[in-house]
Amino acid sequence: MLNGVGREIPNSLKPFVSSDDYKNNERRKISKKNKQSKTVFFSSYDEVFDSFHIDNKQTLSFHHHLRNGDLVIQEVCKVIKQKDLKELHFAPSSIFPSYTEMVELIKNKNITNIHTNYINGDVAKTISEGYLEGQLIMNTHGGRARAIESGDLSIDVAFIACPTVDKLANGSGAIGKNACGTLGYAIPDLEYAKKVVLVTDNLVEELDHYQLDGKFVDAVLVVDSIGDAEGIVSGTTQITKDPIGLKIAKDCSVLLDQLGLIKNGFSMQTGAGKTSLAVVSYVEKIMKERIITGEFGSGGITKAYVDMLESGLFNKLYDVQCFDLDAVKSFNKNSNHLAMSASTYGNPFEEDIIADKLDFVVLGATEIDLNFNVNVTTDVLGNLIGGSGGHSDIAKGADVTIVISPLIKSRIPIIKENVTTITTPGEDVDIFITERGIAINPKRKDLLEKLKNSKINIFSMEELLEKTHSMTGVPAKIKKDDRIIGHIEYRDGTVIDVLRRVHDDYIR
Amino acid sequence: MIYQAGSKESNDCLITIKESSETKIHIDSIVGHLFYDQILEAVKETLKEQNVENVDVTVEDKGALDYTIRARLIVAIKRMKKNV
Repeated sequence: MLNGVGREIPNSLKPFVSSDDYKNNERRKISKKNKQSKTVFFSSYDEVFDSFHIDNKQTLSFHHHLRNGDLVIQEVCKVIKQKDLKELHFAPSSIFPSYTEMVELIKNKNITNIHTNYINGDVAKTISEGYLEGQLIMNTHGGRARAIESGDLSIDVAFIACPTVDKLANGSGAIGKNACGTLGYAIPDLEYAKKVVLVTDNLVEELDHYQLDGKFVDAVLVVDSIGDAEGIVSGTTQITKDPIGLKIAKDCSVLLDQLGLIKNGFSMQTGAGKTSLAVVSYVEKIMKERIITGEFGSGGITKAYVDMLESGLFNKLYDVQCFDLDAVKSFNKNSNHLAMSASTYGNPFEEDIIADKLDFVVLGATEIDLNFNVNVTTDVLGNLIGGSGGHSDIAKGADVTIVISPLIKSRIPIIKENVTTITTPGEDVDIFITERGIAINPKRKDLLEKLKNSKINIFSMEELLEKTHSMTGVPAKIKKDDRIIGHIEYRDGTVIDVLRRVHDDYIR
Repeated sequence: MIYQAGSKESNDCLITIKESSETKIHIDSIVGHLFYDQILEAVKETLKEQNVENVDVTVEDKGALDYTIRARLIVAIKRMKKNV
């Protein structure tokens, strides 16, 4: 059957209707974990596997706060390989290129099903080529929290890497040799997994401040190292030098200003890419010139936001994961740099979520189509290259959702008649900014009205597509494989699109 | 002797050309699945415009637009004609 964005969905799955449809449904919650026994302390992964009887077909979860520096998921994979456990279901909040141990486990059917919010690197390639025996379910950050609290995603054992743990089993990410800051994505796992293991390389007597409450923790595993600090820092703190990126960022800031969005008490979120950082820098300049103070910045927090907090331009930061060491330091030091859980960030059923309080967000896109649907999950051939993360959550929540991208990347047009894969529905995308003009979603008549006297070059998406094709030529049609390897689950648990194996012609 | 123009930077292409008993065109492009036909056409047309026959042309393409491919090929042809 066709879902609300016109995609053919197998009848066995629940089709996406619209981004507002969750309001017609009741929140479902399993009871939070009520731990009966005393917390135990282990010194090897084997002991954890034996004590908790980790066996075939179980669901194991992880968070991705240590990003490319994570050793916990790698070590757990090694134990699975050695015990040759089969048909496991893995539920890491994201999958990074460094999670190489998963590749062989997928090919050997040790891991046969996966839930995750973002996927990149060799594991993504392995699944794109069809090696995962079962299905890959791609969630949003808020949607994963919803899936866990509702029992849709039932976790047998959560392995939570935790930079510092005390003897009462309370945990903090703010300090320790592998400090990574806030641990927002691990909170649903902590509260609802049947068994919870904190894995740490820094055991202390007692923590004054902690984010993970020991009352949910069944066991603490103390190891030599949970991570490699080098890999924990993600992305860049550099502003783009690319003239196209700078033009897009400048136009974005002018547009934000003309829409009156940069005003006292405003709130914003952007990505951590080089062009997003340029947007932040232009916004900062406007704020300083006009002496404007914003209420909050949110997201994965970077140095750019920390600087604005510390110079008084924002009252608060809400942080689900720290992207760089400056953010980690600030989280440890500044009382107005606040942690948020995945649920308070973007769970549609949670009260007063941060996503809903945002005035505007600036997001990226791999592809965008004539209906403003955005793909950040696959490339044009269908190779997995990312995923929603918080994309769909904040696109829905923010009053104005802006997507920025060059019109062309290495001859590949960003605008398509229909995107290869729908991650975020076009109904939640308001403005698309490119270096050669801006398109505004026709349903946002209010925005068009505000900009009617503006000198900004506004085009229809169709016009921008035509402009693109005049430069690149019309791309050939891509062959699709018949086999469905998984699907994209929208934040309310419905299916917005299916994922197909990459066609043999494109696998090399 | 081979003659070259261009680079393997993103959005550019490296063209390598040499004399041959017949015209041969090899295309290795990161966007070949989307634009192979257009790239081939751009090379063929440019050779014709420049009155060049019996050459072996290799295009190593990193997503260059047609005008870049044409410009790089013209320079490679000029280098061949001047033997530089």
